[in-house]
Amino acid sequence: MNLTDLTAPGPHELAALHARLEQAAADADLLDVAYRTLDTPVGTLLLAATPVGLVRVAYEREGLDEVLAQLAARLSPRVLRAPARLDDTARELDEYFAGRRREFDVPLDRSLSTGFRGEVQRSLPLVGFGTTATYAQVAALAGRPAAVRAVGTACATNPLPVVVPCHRVLRSDGALGGYVGGTDAKAALLALEGAAA
Amino acid sequence: MSTRQLFEDVVATHGATVLRVCRAVLGPHADADDAWSETFLSALRAYPDLPAGTNIEAWLVTVAHRRSVDVLRGRARRAAPVAAVPDTPHGDADPEVDLWAALATLPDKQRRAVAYHHLGGLPYADVAELLGGTPEAARRAAADGIARLRTHGLLADDTSTDTRGGHR
Repeated sequence: MNLTDLTAPGPHELAALHARLEQAAADADLLDVAYRTLDTPVGTLLLAATPVGLVRVAYEREGLDEVLAQLAARLSPRVLRAPARLDDTARELDEYFAGRRREFDVPLDRSLSTGFRGEVQRSLPLVGFGTTATYAQVAALAGRPAAVRAVGTACATNPLPVVVPCHRVLRSDGALGGYVGGTDAKAALLALEGAAA
Repeated sequence: MSTRQLFEDVVATHGATVLRVCRAVLGPHADADDAWSETFLSALRAYPDLPAGTNIEAWLVTVAHRRSVDVLRGRARRAAPVAAVPDTPHGDADPEVDLWAALATLPDKQRRAVAYHHLGGLPYADVAELLGGTPEAARRAAADGIARLRTHGLLADDTSTDTRGGHR
């Protein structure tokens, strides 16, 4: 036996200390980004929140490590796995996927939605549960009817998919169009909402 | 934009090392948990302003040293009775329990030198800065501490000074 083996802490001891750090960091206003994952019918989602509100929802296919690294670079490296701040978001998402919720009430932090893309992303909740719109219609909603391609980019870079409903935006020919979570996830969300896709 | 590691990864990578150091200095009890928590909270506060290229582990061990000194000062103020520790090894008891007890019997400087160098991976020059004195004195204190732990029969003879890497 050597010193390092003899002094190895158990995983449960470190987990308890981590939980204590999450709380202390939040109390001291040092928890700039809290995150957790959530298992859903469309796969594992990463949820991240600042003290302002939910700032990022990410699909596993986006690369969760990559997404967290982007958050550290764009927002703050003070990032901790700290589920408590995301309890309400997780509950609302569970309700949504169970068919018991049509819109989300949690506060959002829009700091990743900038420029025209941000304007488009802010207008997306106008497309209500169970309905769809075309990229051209959303361009008109955002006040730039010619900016159809830019709307496509805005949907593809939506930092808050599912909660901000870019999945309700389809191509003018009725095809699904792309989706940050993959077309299967887009079809699943539209089916869940009972929308004619 | 700098590509600073997530603080979550800092905790995951170095949490166990910092806990070992805190426990070696303070004993494997609530005081060590307090020092660990204060270490990472202080580190979280300072983290965004840390110069690029900082040796994160050495930095954390240094912070842990300061926080453990704070905890000891608090302990002295409260004047809480400290549990007596056996100064002789007892037979076939749990070697881990015995190790903490044996560490507690070391003189403060030896215990810290062992903790910071052997458990925390801090080079002797850095240990010397924390403890005062020369790097050579820090090396001697750690060697004397390890020798005393061996007299308790706790460490195999090949537990040399290189129980872990990080001697830069």
